[in-house]
Amino acid sequence: MNAVKTKKIKTIKIDVDKCNGCRACEVICSAMHAEPRYSSNNPARSRVRVIRDPLADIYIPVYAGEYTAAECTGRDRYVIDGKVYDECAFCRASCPSRGFFKEPDSGLPLKCDMCESDPTLKEPMCVQWCLTDALTYEEREEPVDDAIEPEDVDVGLEALANKYGWQQVVDSMSRLAKKD
Amino acid sequence: MRYAETGFNLEVDLTKGNIERVATDPRLTALHLGGLGTNARLFWDRVPPEVEPFSPDNLLVFGAGLLAGTPAPGSNRTIVSSISPQTRLFAYSMMGGFWGPELKYAGYDKVVVRGRSPKLVYLWIHDDQVEIRDAEHYRGLGTLETAELIRQELGDRHVQVASIGLAGESRVFFASIEQGKSSASRQGMGAVMGSKNLKAIAVRGSKDINIAKPTEYIELCNQALAYIKARDGHPIPGVMPILAGLGSPQEMKVHDEKWHTENFVWGNARTRRKGFWTDEVHKEWTNTLETMRTRLLSCHNCPMKCGASIAVDTRICSYMMKCFSKLTYTMGAMSNLDFGLRIAQKATEHGLDAFSAPQTMAFAIELYEAKILTDEDMPDFPATGDERFYYLLDKIVHREGIGDILADGTYWAGQRIGKGAEAYAHNCIKKHEQLPLKLGMLNPIYFLMYSTGEKINITQIEGNFPQEPFATREEREAFVADWPHIPDERFKQWYVEWEQRGEHSIPNYPPVDATCEIVHWQEKMHYVDDCTGICAGLGSFPLKPPFHMHNLPRLISAGAGLDLDEAGLDQITKRNRTLVRALNNRLGLRRKDDKPPEDHWRKRFPELEKKLLDGYYKFKGWNEDGVPTAETLRELGLGFVAEEFAARGILTADGSPSAKEAAIEGAAQ
Ligand code: SF4
Ligand code: SF4
Ligand code: SF4
Repeated sequence: MNAVKTKKIKTIKIDVDKCNGCRACEVICSAMHAEPRYSSNNPARSRVRVIRDPLADIYIPVYAGEYTAAECTGRDRYVIDGKVYDECAFCRASCPSRGFFKEPDSGLPLKCDMCESDPTLKEPMCVQWCLTDALTYEEREEPVDDAIEPEDVDVGLEALANKYGWQQVVDSMSRLAKKD
Repeated sequence: MRYAETGFNLEVDLTKGNIERVATDPRLTALHLGGLGTNARLFWDRVPPEVEPFSPDNLLVFGAGLLAGTPAPGSNRTIVSSISPQTRLFAYSMMGGFWGPELKYAGYDKVVVRGRSPKLVYLWIHDDQVEIRDAEHYRGLGTLETAELIRQELGDRHVQVASIGLAGESRVFFASIEQGKSSASRQGMGAVMGSKNLKAIAVRGSKDINIAKPTEYIELCNQALAYIKARDGHPIPGVMPILAGLGSPQEMKVHDEKWHTENFVWGNARTRRKGFWTDEVHKEWTNTLETMRTRLLSCHNCPMKCGASIAVDTRICSYMMKCFSKLTYTMGAMSNLDFGLRIAQKATEHGLDAFSAPQTMAFAIELYEAKILTDEDMPDFPATGDERFYYLLDKIVHREGIGDILADGTYWAGQRIGKGAEAYAHNCIKKHEQLPLKLGMLNPIYFLMYSTGEKINITQIEGNFPQEPFATREEREAFVADWPHIPDERFKQWYVEWEQRGEHSIPNYPPVDATCEIVHWQEKMHYVDDCTGICAGLGSFPLKPPFHMHNLPRLISAGAGLDLDEAGLDQITKRNRTLVRALNNRLGLRRKDDKPPEDHWRKRFPELEKKLLDGYYKFKGWNEDGVPTAETLRELGLGFVAEEFAARGILTADGSPSAKEAAIEGAAQ
């Protein structure tokens, strides 16, 4: 009998009740992903953003997920405990409807990579820097079927294509390739 | 490339409607760091002493600290500077929160505002796009209300807004600038903003802040975070709760207010209420805070949670509060916490300093009870303290009737009212209202700090040295055993030998020379924080903080790409402290102004006080009138100040008070 294949799922548990709105997670994520590492910081480049609406007492750290070319046709509104959550509050997409999760200059999509690095960190940086435990790290095993994950390059190219059209991208690529 | 700082200021001329992005001189960073240091330099160079606080020629400068917005925990301060309408001296009022870092992300270190707009406007800074926009439709609106509407108008929830309310528009001398959970409250910066017809500055940025030595910098930040975490589990034993931990005083967390309510004074800074804190009060106030506080909040990139969302008649949030403003209205009005949190909401929307405002109102009530102010001055004046406060609040922010006089603060109101009202303004230093605290025996350290602190606010100079000795030598020895923060070992000895009673107790201990060094050290730490933008709550204010003089030179160097050691940082701090002093000397400040409120201590010691002041001036290299000598100025690279002092007759060639000055002094006597 074949053993069930499992993979390690890395999760970050977000306890919004504990969030104090400090944006430390944004600061350190952007610093961690700077080139060279920690050489700059800029929350606009962060892969976690805190949706803040102080007078509504809303503070939700949201992680950058998949890129999407088109925004949703309908927009959700959740009412929890008397608070109205709008602005696609819980959505992780890098989406045309908002400025989050895009490189400020190129517009390329950003995605949380759980701080993949060599050597592996004991915990993602945003978790390490959230001293209030609004963010905590958990690992668990889950069964998987081997699906091929789209590579980062694919996602990046698709984003460029959506912005400039495939023809432009193909032209640029062949031009750049000739330079080498 | 510039590190930690952006290297650009935004120069805004509201008269002409002109906006310029100006590259700054990196040599000024090396000389003054940023924040307060470079603010002071701007004022020295550009605002001569003849400029009136509300003149279009006065500047209003929002200077983010050198490290603000970098990963250093708690580095988020903006230092707001101008000439204060109340003290008529150089003011620097700090705000934490999120505005300063956002300004850096937008690509600027400072916003320098001059002139006066013909109509009410706000400034919108979005990276390279900066515009002056109409704000007439926000006239009279609250600070938070305005911020919210501006976010809607700009279609961006995450814009940071610093704004004034009605108090600033009315030029109330103690109007604040509010930005959500933080504010620049002291010395009337909101009034200057109002005089410029500037309702708000909204900012949003998406640029990088660069770090010179990334690995070293992050290592130091990680160490600070680890220390904060460890310190959280190890409060300092034997001191009151708000001094045991880190951060600004943790007023939003503590329920036990015995210490404040029984040691601080109520009403117009007069009534001590021993035995006030009963179980019943404790229960009632705990319930109030538990019901109205909906979340604890931090400033940008800081875990300390010194602020809170407060909900008034809603379950969600009405405004944000921090620190001792929790109690100032309550105690001023002789009321309860529920009242204090309610009126603070209105006062925050109007944009008022929570130290000066309640004291001015309590002052008016005293004058009314003493029949110096009458029903004619205060028609329909209500009977209860609570209602009277709401009445006065309304009059003050509209500058209506008696409110027009009270809006100048207790000192100026006392002068204008006359009939003995002057004596009721008894809790000011340099015309600025102080913490409501009246004590018995003079403490030499506090005497010097109260007298000479240029921020004119004790919490901006006190800090790293304990306020009083522990009862036993064993406790004191335990305290100093783990105390790497101090400049040198003598500080341990001074503390260990400090007794609560007997020969080695206040007022004669610590001795004058030790007192000067202790004051100098605490003051220095505040000047470093005010230049770097690191919150005092993680540096100069608490006992045993994560940032101190032995790790800050490395942090600043690694962040900003400077080459600083302890001696270098010491020299910069001296330069900045001396420059701030010189600015105020140029505005007329002298020895005669360096004094605490007359009744701050019941027991005063004129001879000792003279020795202390003489000792401090000498230690600082100032002459006996409290003016830095030409030699001191030159040593600090402030030769240009010495020259101007000579030209203005503030110093003679030999550094003694000039003949002209002596003549003025003589005529005044
Ligand atoms: S670091 Fe933690 S507390 Fe701070 S904003 Fe992020 S999630 Fe909230
Ligand atoms: S896990 Fe790492 S990449 Fe993902 S948001 Fe946190 S810091 Fe950024
Ligand atoms: S210590 Fe408190 S006041 Fe200071 S930055 Fe942190 S949260 Fe703000």
